[in-house]
Amino acid sequence: MSLTYWEEEIETLPRVGLESIQLRRLQHLVARVYRTVKPYRVKMEEAGVKPEDIKTLSDLSRLPFTVKNDLRDNYPFGLFTVPLDEVVRVHASSGTTGKPTVVGYTQKDIETWSNVMARALCCAGATKGDMVHNAYGYGLFTGGLGAHYGIERLGATVIPVSGGNSKRQINIMRDFGSTVLLSTPSYALNLADAMDSMHVDPKSLSLRVGIFGAEPWSENMREEVERKLNLKATDIYGLSEVMGPGVAQECLHSDRGMHIFEDHFLPEIIDPDTGEVLPPGEKGELVFTTLTKEAFPIIRYRTKDISRLYYETCACGRTLVRMEKVTGRTDDMLIIRGVNVFPSQVEHVLMGVEGVEPHYQIVVEREGNLDTMEVQVEVSEGLFSDEIRVLEKLSRHIQKEIKDLLGVTCKVKLVEPKSIQRSEGKAQRVIDNRKI
Amino acid sequence: MLVEQIAVFLENKSGRLAEITTVLADAGVNIRALSVADTADFGILRLIVDKVEKAKEVLRDKGFTVGKTHVIAVEVEDRTGGLAKVLSCLKEANINVEYMYAFVNRTGENAVLIFRFEKMEEAIKTLKKGGFTIISREQICAL
Repeated sequence: MSLTYWEEEIETLPRVGLESIQLRRLQHLVARVYRTVKPYRVKMEEAGVKPEDIKTLSDLSRLPFTVKNDLRDNYPFGLFTVPLDEVVRVHASSGTTGKPTVVGYTQKDIETWSNVMARALCCAGATKGDMVHNAYGYGLFTGGLGAHYGIERLGATVIPVSGGNSKRQINIMRDFGSTVLLSTPSYALNLADAMDSMHVDPKSLSLRVGIFGAEPWSENMREEVERKLNLKATDIYGLSEVMGPGVAQECLHSDRGMHIFEDHFLPEIIDPDTGEVLPPGEKGELVFTTLTKEAFPIIRYRTKDISRLYYETCACGRTLVRMEKVTGRTDDMLIIRGVNVFPSQVEHVLMGVEGVEPHYQIVVEREGNLDTMEVQVEVSEGLFSDEIRVLEKLSRHIQKEIKDLLGVTCKVKLVEPKSIQRSEGKAQRVIDNRKI
Repeated sequence: MLVEQIAVFLENKSGRLAEITTVLADAGVNIRALSVADTADFGILRLIVDKVEKAKEVLRDKGFTVGKTHVIAVEVEDRTGGLAKVLSCLKEANINVEYMYAFVNRTGENAVLIFRFEKMEEAIKTLKKGGFTIISREQICAL
């Protein structure tokens, strides 16, 4: 297998060179953000740090963290650093309560994003000659469009098929000769099932490589995807607050995670409890600072994802640091079929339904290849009726409200009062039975 | 004319009916009639009992969700076509049945039909006009 890079010079730059680029960009970013965004300036002043205090990369740790709540507090555009007429696109993801998290991009940001996404595709072995089947959802979610622009930048052919309608997807794969598949790993398995029921042998298709992300998946799942779809399965990482897909990508040679495109996204690993930066190789919370973004730069964003960083040069020749496959979260966020779900959002919906008591539980399972979410709600006397259809209407109503706000279909189960376990301290809202 | 019925929310799990009937037995409550309506996930137990308030109280104490609704009890002779006659009469008047259940009294001569309608008042009028016997909870308990 030949080694191919999208931007060989930067991807294989010795660390000292890379760090000098990072430092220069960081200093520029901090000065700009301090000047243009009041919430950042206020936080830096509170922490007693000024832009000129950033003299080395390790001074990064003097800067305050940014958390998802900061985005909510400044909803929708309060953290943008450019006037809105320079913003050419916005994306949004679900916030912890009703309000979504909004991010914006200038024309140059879109170019940067397309470029890192092209690097990611190249890193996974995709080339200009590929027929790329993009089954990430198109819309407010960054997955679909983010990947799309990268595929075009690479010069490959993009099939903007988006998610859903598996049967049509398989027909397209077969008829168009898709060679690269982009989707969530669980959707990939769903496609494998659809192939099976359509009696389509994956060996008769042209699929060669898959780029899977947007939800946690295990090594076991990777083996299953590779076997069932007859392709090489690689891992991609990204989040809208930092950019979208294309923050990091696994190469074909690594056995230790994904290369972070760290000339644009500067990673740190911290102790989630103390906020202290941890030494290389230690497990902790992943934190990102964007070095080149214009419309929505972010400083020390706490991703809540648990990972670790490896700085050794990879067999593929890239010097870019690798992040281990995300193994968990420091908060209670769930990812259900690629959609971020916070228990607080479910609570928000339930509290809006008259008569619903604040006792609920979310049970997550993986049935076959698909995640299922069941919301259990206690039936109080205020909700109760002796007529089945009234209770069924109630559960359908809750189901619809959750679907409308969170974008995820769940099952609502009415349960007897006090049947949801009361705990002494923090209520256990989530039972996650998935074996990921 | 209306009969008080208690309804209890039941999750579909084993032993719940046994528990409810034991609670009522311990409290000296006699069940005269009952029905269970069920879906895949839950059920609703509907009961006609001799001591309504007592039954509600002891079930609530045990943590059950209890509701009280009103139903209509119609007494018919226990022979072929008894129920059909009542239902035809209601159909003529365009009255929709929400749910119903039935039991036969001890002597075995008469059957008692318990109805819940969308339009209760109209149903009573129609049944009376049709010459059917509507009975009270006390009468049911005395049967």
